[in-house]
Amino acid sequence: MIGTSTLYTLAGVLLFGMGLYALIAYPHLLRKILAMNVMGTGVFMVLISIAYQGPTQRADPIPHALVITGIVVAVCATGLALTLATRIQALTGSARLETDEEA
Amino acid sequence: MQDRDFNRALQADDDTRLTQSRLLVLALATALVAGLAAAAITFPDDFGRLAPLALDSLPRSGVLNPVTAVLLNYRGYDTLLEVVVLLLAIVGVWAIAPTPRIWFKTPDTPVLATFVRLLLPLMMVVAGYMLWLGADEPGGAFQGGAVLGGVGVLWAAAVVWLPRAGRPFWLRLLLGAGVAAFVIAAVGLLFLRGNLLQYPPEQAKTVILVIESAAMFSIGATLAMLFIGGYPRREEAK
Repeated sequence: MIGTSTLYTLAGVLLFGMGLYALIAYPHLLRKILAMNVMGTGVFMVLISIAYQGPTQRADPIPHALVITGIVVAVCATGLALTLATRIQALTGSARLETDEEA
Repeated sequence: MQDRDFNRALQADDDTRLTQSRLLVLALATALVAGLAAAAITFPDDFGRLAPLALDSLPRSGVLNPVTAVLLNYRGYDTLLEVVVLLLAIVGVWAIAPTPRIWFKTPDTPVLATFVRLLLPLMMVVAGYMLWLGADEPGGAFQGGAVLGGVGVLWAAAVVWLPRAGRPFWLRLLLGAGVAAFVIAAVGLLFLRGNLLQYPPEQAKTVILVIESAAMFSIGATLAMLFIGGYPRREEAK
């Protein structure tokens, strides 16, 4: 029998896999940045659900603290990555990474 | 012009056909998800959690909210380095490109300015409340900082002079305040107590509150400046 928190863990794993696929499959940098965020959200979901200790106990505060720092770091990394992507766009005229089929 | 190219490239990227290489990636990603899912289902309930230790030490941590205790007390070193990461991100963004020109256009609606003038003081109060609440309930520097980041973004959108102001001293002070307060507390406690970031239990709440307040302003300023993007230059004002 799969409990609710395991269901959340599985959803997080699925998000991670979807993000990983999009990160590799799509050549546009904006999509890659978004895909990385989806992957990160999956990791956060896994951490949040791991913290669950049953209805009678308080949630484990350590994974929760990791998630809250992680969110802020993810936002900062996204901001830096977006600035890099727009800079690449400005310098090369394209924000895509060439795929093998095009090269 | 540039923006249009960006959008066109993105639309060209909407090509979601399953090519051979994509099928391979899909297969590998599916295999990884299956493996991780199997691990998640068979994950043991008892894996030596630190939660009992964290919850039992709460009375000595200076706060009642266990997440704040973990962030600012038990694992203060992590959070110190995280605030450094925020500062590095803004240094990186400022090193890459100037602020996009869109920020130098005057908003063509008076509604935004009026709305923002009403909203900003309220948001600042909410941020302060969340910081104070963080000691006992869910809340704290990161949540308050996120609200302050919203304040900064709205402010920049409604009042054009913020990006035009360049990089005034008060802005750099806001961005660095979190790291400065954290490092001063860490080094000070190193000399007073012999260990980095080891708070005396009686003064723990004061130390945490001082660090959190500085960190909240830094987080807010960093998030807003990341949203604005690039380094704000005075000479762009035309």
